Amino acid sequence: MSRTFLVRNPSILVFLALLAVFTIAVTLMSEAFGASLISTSFIKTLGKTLCLCLVALAMDLVWGYCGILSLGHFAFFGLGGYMIGMWLMYARTELIVAESMSNAAIPPTDQEVVDAIGTQIFGVVGSSDFPPIWAFAHSLPLQLLMVLLVPGLLALVFGWLAFRSRVTGVYLSILTQAMTLALSLYLFQNESGLRGNNGLSGLQNLPGVTASQAVVSVWFLWASALALAIGYVVCAWVVSGKFGSVVRGIRDDEARVRFLGYSVEGYKLFIFTFTAIIAAIAGALYYPQAGIINPGEIAPIASIYLAVWVAIGGRGRLYGAVIGAALVSLISTWFTGGLVPSLPLGFYTVDWVDWWLVLLGLSFVLVTLFAPKGIGGLVDIVTGRLTPNRHGADYGPDKGSLMEEEGRK
Amino acid sequence: MSTLLEVSGVSVTFDGYKAIRNLSFQIGEAEMRAIIGPNGAGKTTFMDIVTGKTKPDEGRVIWGEKSVNLLKMNEAKIAQAGIGRKFQRPTVFEDQSVHDNLLMAVKNPRGSFPCLFYKPSFADRGRVEELASEIGLSDELYRKSGELSHGQKQWLEIGMLLAQEPRLLLVDEPAAGMTLAEREHTTDLLKEAAKTRAVVVVEHDMEFVRRLECKVTVLHEGSVLAEGSLDHVTANQEVIDVYLGR
Repeated sequence: MSRTFLVRNPSILVFLALLAVFTIAVTLMSEAFGASLISTSFIKTLGKTLCLCLVALAMDLVWGYCGILSLGHFAFFGLGGYMIGMWLMYARTELIVAESMSNAAIPPTDQEVVDAIGTQIFGVVGSSDFPPIWAFAHSLPLQLLMVLLVPGLLALVFGWLAFRSRVTGVYLSILTQAMTLALSLYLFQNESGLRGNNGLSGLQNLPGVTASQAVVSVWFLWASALALAIGYVVCAWVVSGKFGSVVRGIRDDEARVRFLGYSVEGYKLFIFTFTAIIAAIAGALYYPQAGIINPGEIAPIASIYLAVWVAIGGRGRLYGAVIGAALVSLISTWFTGGLVPSLPLGFYTVDWVDWWLVLLGLSFVLVTLFAPKGIGGLVDIVTGRLTPNRHGADYGPDKGSLMEEEGRK
Repeated sequence: MSTLLEVSGVSVTFDGYKAIRNLSFQIGEAEMRAIIGPNGAGKTTFMDIVTGKTKPDEGRVIWGEKSVNLLKMNEAKIAQAGIGRKFQRPTVFEDQSVHDNLLMAVKNPRGSFPCLFYKPSFADRGRVEELASEIGLSDELYRKSGELSHGQKQWLEIGMLLAQEPRLLLVDEPAAGMTLAEREHTTDLLKEAAKTRAVVVVEHDMEFVRRLECKVTVLHEGSVLAEGSLDHVTANQEVIDVYLGR
C-alpha cells in the first residue's frame, strides 16, 4: 500500500471518504446513537446493502476484470452465511439450554447439554443428533475459519476441474449455475444436516450480547462498512500492477497470455477462489443482519441478479460494481416492499411488487444495449475520459473481452 | 552449430484432412529461416504444433540441449522454455498501455503469487524503455496500445517477444499490411534478433523474404518440398509448379 498506489488510484480515496461519511451519517441518524431518524430495520437494510456491495466487488473482479461470467458466486455468499449461522445458532441455543437446566437438581453432564442443544436445533427436522458438519459449531474461531475454508475449498475444487478442462464462456456460466442449483437442492434436504428448507434462524441474536437490536444493527453496519472498505482496497490492489495486467489480458485474449508463458488456468483459479472467499465474508456479515438463511437464498436466480447489478453499475471498474449493487438492491427493496404506489391504467393496475422484475429486466437490456459502461460510465463524463473509436471492434477475440464502449482513455 | 529445435515425422489430421504429413524440420541456434508456401501448406499449423496449441497425431518435437519433448508440455510451459510466437494479426492487449504490455512480457517468474507481489525493479524499467526505443515506440509508452497504428502494433508485438528473451522466435507474416518503410524497420528488427537467437519467419511476400537473406524452407501440402537459399528454391521446378502452376 505505497503512496504511489493511492496516487495511481484516486478513486480509492474518494470511495473511502464517501463510505466513511455515509457510515457516520447513518450512525448519527440511528435510534441507538443519534437522532432516531432511521428505523432499526432500515439500518439493517443499509448494512445488508453494504454486504451486497462487497459481493458485487467480488463479481466485478471475476467477471469485469477476468472475464469469467460466474453465475454461482451467491453459492459462496450463502455458504459463508451458513457457516457463521451454525455458530450463532449453536451458541445461542447453548445459553438457552444452560438456563433451563440450571434449575435442575442434578447438574447436567456435558453430553446432556449437547443432546439438549441438538434436540432444540434439529427438532424441526425430526432429529436430535448433530451431523458431523457441526463438529466445529461450538467454537467461534473454528467456525470463522470455516467461513473462509468451506467456500474457498469448494471454489478451488470446482475451479480446478473447470479451468483445467478449459471450460470457458457460456459453458462455464452454465456450469456455475448448475453448481449453485445443486448446492441449493442438496441443502433443501433434511438429511443435509443444515435443517433443510427451514434453514438457520434467529441469527440476529448475538449470543451473550444483551444490547438491543437497535445497537447491534449499528455494530453490524460498522462491520459491513469496514469489510467493504478493506475489500475495496484489497481488490484495487490486486487488479493494479502486473497481476491486474495479466488478469485483464486473460479477459481480452486468453491465448495470447498463454503464449507469453503465463498459466492462464492458475490465474483464473486464483481469482475464482479469492472472489469466492470475499463473497463468503460478505455472506457471513449479511445473514446475521437478515436473521435467517435458507437454501432459497442460493437459488440460481440470486447469482444472476449479482451479474445484473454489476452490469448496470458498470463492469471493469470497482466503484461501478458498488454503485450498481447499492442502487439496484435498494430500489428493489423499495419496489418489492409495496412502498411504491400502484399505477392505475384504467383497464389494468400495475402493481409494482409484481412488475418490478419486468422493470429490472428492461433496465438491464437497456443498459446492455445503450450504455454498456453502466452507471459508472457517468463518472467518465465528469473526469473527461474519452471513448476510443474502434469502429465497433472489441478489445480482444474472447467472449468476455472488453467491448469498444467499455474502453476508456 | 547445434540443433535447437527438431521436428521429425509429424502428422496432423483435422476431420480427415491431413494438414501436416510427415513433416521434418530443424533449426540451429542463432539462425534465421523463412518458411514459404501457398495457402493451406500447413505453415500456421506447424507453428501451432511447436507452440503446443495443436497436438500432432504422430511424430516428435524435441527442444534444446536436454532434448525435451515439447509434445508433453502446455502452451505456457513451452513459452517459458523459450519459444516466443508472433501471430499473423497483431495481438497486443489493446486495453492496456504499451508500457504495461511490455512489462507483462519482460522475463520474470510467471506464477500468480510472484506476479501479485511483483514490483518493477530498476532493471525491468530500464529494459522496458530500452525495448520501446528499439521498436520505435518510446514516445507512445503510456498510450493505450489499441490506439497505435497497425504497423506499430506489429512492432509492439515483436518487442513483447524480445522481452520474453526467447531462444526461438516464431513469426507469422510480420510484413502483412505494412508500408514500405515499416517493412524495412521490421526486417532490421528480425535480422538483429537472429544474431542471438533462432528466428523462423512465415511469409507470403517473396520480396520480404529476399530482404531477410536467409535459408528458405518451402512447404507444400503439409510437408517440405524444398530447402536452401531463395535463389536455389525458386529455381526448383516443383516449387515453380506449386506456386505458378495453380
